[in-house]
Amino acid sequence: MSVVGHQPPPFFHRGPAPFARLLFFVALSLLLLVLDLRFHTLELARQIVALATYPLQRLASAPLEGHDRWNNYLSSFATLEKENETLRHQQLATANLLLRQEHLELENQRLRALLDMKSRQPVSSQVAEILYSARDPFARRVILDKGAQHHISPGQVVIDELGVIGQITRVFPLLAEVTLITDKDQAIPVQIVRNGLRSVLFGAGAGNLELRFLAANADVQIGDVLVTSGLDDVYLPGLPVAKVVRVDRDTTYAFARILCEPIPGVERHGQVLVLGRREALPPAPQEPEVKEKPGKGRKAAK
Amino acid sequence: MMQPMHGSKRILRPVRDWFVWATLLLAVFLNMIPFGRLYGVPDWVALTLTFWCIREPLKVGMGAAFLLGVVMDVTFASVMGQHSLAYVLLAFTASGLARRILQFSLLQQALQILPLLLGMQVVMLAARMSVGSEFPGLLYFLDSVTATLLWFPLTYLLLLPQYQPMEKDENRPI
Repeated sequence: MSVVGHQPPPFFHRGPAPFARLLFFVALSLLLLVLDLRFHTLELARQIVALATYPLQRLASAPLEGHDRWNNYLSSFATLEKENETLRHQQLATANLLLRQEHLELENQRLRALLDMKSRQPVSSQVAEILYSARDPFARRVILDKGAQHHISPGQVVIDELGVIGQITRVFPLLAEVTLITDKDQAIPVQIVRNGLRSVLFGAGAGNLELRFLAANADVQIGDVLVTSGLDDVYLPGLPVAKVVRVDRDTTYAFARILCEPIPGVERHGQVLVLGRREALPPAPQEPEVKEKPGKGRKAAK
Repeated sequence: MMQPMHGSKRILRPVRDWFVWATLLLAVFLNMIPFGRLYGVPDWVALTLTFWCIREPLKVGMGAAFLLGVVMDVTFASVMGQHSLAYVLLAFTASGLARRILQFSLLQQALQILPLLLGMQVVMLAARMSVGSEFPGLLYFLDSVTATLLWFPLTYLLLLPQYQPMEKDENRPI
């Protein structure tokens, strides 16, 4: 019986010893880890593997899609009628706002022109569907059914009907990966609607968010609504993000501990809107250059 | 490995190569089914890989583990190298322990598989926590427990093609 790990007679050649092979593959894996985490240079390899496994992937998620479709098909007449009714009510309720919006937008444009301010850019958008949430238990990401073929690029903002749910972080030819705002690595610049206080919101794990680095006496109350501040050139200003649910003011720490809860259905499946890229704001004014040799400068001035 | 266990009197037919690769491919497919953040869904690739590493250590080894790991890294949308590192270590341990594990009955084998799979999850956890990802909670380890429970049915399922005789012969005892 021949088994790995036991010395074979020299006339059965079996390549390098298991331990040597282990070292080789572990080194290779560690190399991959470092390359991906530190240098982000493996996107092409990832895309190739993703494209090769795409048919299998779609096949695997077919039962789920079929189930959704079947449920839609079987939803009873009464439910549909009820839904129709509520939607019509909603439409009427928002009609007032919608009808005035065009007028307000025009007015806003004229006022901005009068005040000589930069006009707000209109932003294009695309509807996409959340296929499934990624199975990586260490991060919070979902997969959309549109990718580079539909002109989606990394950095675009994803919203649902209630507010921001995340940002596109990786694009495959036919799929795109969204990192949700509740992910631990995701940060989003926000401001409080009530008083305009600006801060940055971080994912805190377990589906919650956290406002960090706000002084212990900062004016934050439970129930405050946070919207994007738009200072980052990525998110449009004024999109709802989260609501404050807990404020711990411990005087032994310099900062208050503020926990928030996302407003949109971040961990839900359904349709989302991928907003187009914002045009970059004009670059920040540069610091005046420090003259390297003051003697030379003085000479030039003379 | 011509017996179901070393104590068994039954002699198996040799395994077919295509069957090994087909089951691994099927495991990849099963892993692609989107369960979202449901706990307790076994990692089929890890389980099937462990099985073949114990059964056929000369056919399936660390090279296969590495390749499967890369595919899993892409489908799970995790960091590249995370699954391959864990699978390579798993394959090394499983094929090293193959002789010992096959001495036991199936239920005792399952008890030895559990620490292997848990060790694999700990390696992944260490790889991700070292770069500051969030801790997924203790329920994360439930995946290995369900996988262990599947060891008994899985062994019979994967050995099924080897149980059939080549041609019927009334005079042959096996």
